Amino acid sequence: MVSNPNKLTIHEAHELLKTKQLSSVELTKACLERIRQVEPQVKAIVTVTEELALKQAEQADKLLAAGKASPLTGIPALIKDNMCTRGVKTTCSSKMLENFVPPYDATVIEKLNENGMVMVGKANMDEFAMGSSTENSALFTTHNPWDLSRVPGGSSGGSAAAVAAGEALYALGSDTGGSIRQPAGFCSVSGLKPTYGRVSRYGLVAFASSLDQIGPLTRDVTDCALVMNAIAGYDSRDSTSAPQSVPDYTKCLTGDIKGLRLGVPKEYFVTGMQPEVSSAINAAIKTLEGLGAKLEEVSLPSTKYALAVYYIIAPSEASANLARYDGVKYGFSYQQGSTMWENMEKTRQFGFGPEVKRRIMLGTYALSAGYYDAYYVKAQKVRTLIRREFDAVFEKFDALVTPTSPTLPFKIGEKAADPVSMYLSDVCTLPINIAGVPAMSIPAGFVNNLPVGMQLIAKPFAEETILKIAHAYEQAAGWVGRRKPEI
Amino acid sequence: MKISRKEVLHIALLARVGLTDEEVDRLSEQLSNILENFEVLKQVDTTNVPPTAQSIDLRNVVSDDVIAPSLPLDDVLSNAPQKEADFFKVRAVLEE
Repeated sequence: MVSNPNKLTIHEAHELLKTKQLSSVELTKACLERIRQVEPQVKAIVTVTEELALKQAEQADKLLAAGKASPLTGIPALIKDNMCTRGVKTTCSSKMLENFVPPYDATVIEKLNENGMVMVGKANMDEFAMGSSTENSALFTTHNPWDLSRVPGGSSGGSAAAVAAGEALYALGSDTGGSIRQPAGFCSVSGLKPTYGRVSRYGLVAFASSLDQIGPLTRDVTDCALVMNAIAGYDSRDSTSAPQSVPDYTKCLTGDIKGLRLGVPKEYFVTGMQPEVSSAINAAIKTLEGLGAKLEEVSLPSTKYALAVYYIIAPSEASANLARYDGVKYGFSYQQGSTMWENMEKTRQFGFGPEVKRRIMLGTYALSAGYYDAYYVKAQKVRTLIRREFDAVFEKFDALVTPTSPTLPFKIGEKAADPVSMYLSDVCTLPINIAGVPAMSIPAGFVNNLPVGMQLIAKPFAEETILKIAHAYEQAAGWVGRRKPEI
Repeated sequence: MKISRKEVLHIALLARVGLTDEEVDRLSEQLSNILENFEVLKQVDTTNVPPTAQSIDLRNVVSDDVIAPSLPLDDVLSNAPQKEADFFKVRAVLEE
């Protein structure tokens, strides 16, 4: 009997499953037991799907016995609660969808099911993925397993915390402005935001449709590649999904990054950055140099406009996307009003939390008559300039290296009252979604026992370059598994 | 840029979001602060720069005209707050 199999990586567990040293039912039970043990403190999970998980595990054991297993078969996973799961509540951590049971599966769920997924539950998040700490969840706040008084990051905070705490072997998150990478950095796990269009968004509850992208949160880089192999690819049901063929993402994990040209954009190391974070990243840069990569400072001068561009475009798209919550077809419905309009306004007043209302208001304002050109169109034009800068830099460099977040994980409550200071915690991750390029956060050590994340960025569809560098760094630095959260 | 209470109420009407008096006050202050952070964009020269609506090189994607089964009606209506027969039930839109 393997001890604590819930703390294995996917590829370690797969070897044990294949060689019959471990069964999926045993592995699943270990995760469910761990969930019972730590959930009262971590609070990463909205819905635990124990019965479904055990059924899927039994099914997976049959596939394993028949030699029909893929690398993900029988591996327990947690899904962010904004991806539709047929027959399982999908709340978006909102009162609006508290009792919503989707009648269909998101494409990523279909794909993982075809790979024999064991789903142990749905992960907590900031309401409708709007936030950087899970404090905007209308249900409860998730706690960082490395220090329970701190936030796990957000919006995919439940996904990151659960992987760090050993409640599942991997998780899916979504990333609109850093929502996979920032929590991955805060919880010392690996999180990849693929190129816009690389993974189908069908069945992902829409926040900002030109920025949203689904990706994996895992214990190491190899696992990230394995999950990408399963979820990436064209989907006729998402007209923005990319027709490009999907490589085997594990093939690039050679450990050899000699001669790769890496840029370090100086604008990502400025105002408000904690000095401990930049020293940790500088140490990581030294490690990359030691591996034979060529590092050079670069400049992306439009970076300073990214925050403004993001907070015009994302709320504008959100205000349109969230217009569908009218209390008629599904979701919370206020019915005691005297008119249809009163019911609709009250449905949205009581169904949405403060941050969601703030962004709907902001977006509606930016799109309204008289302001559309000054805000929305202006932001779209600056978006073009930001993308052009990335395109130019990637003529010369294979990838860019930055911190994932300017700060260490902050205390619960520390930034909750001031939206602008909360928005600033995504300052290193927002430009990537604006440009639509891929980026990943990987563990780059600890400061005062708190995790630091390093972000790697590459040109569109160069996920392999990112994974190759991340993997080489991970092997050389040895952060993965060196420490475990005390919980 | 200062957003007045009156403007907040106008935007709330456009967005059909009900707000308490306290929320109107808070949003007037918070939206003003956020908009102040947008002023930085005025410095950027965007003459002759086309807007980017999305970052992928795809245009006018259309799906093949293929008949496929739809979701069963019971599934479609399963989350309806109010329904009658095979319909979503809504209040009268036009008042008498």
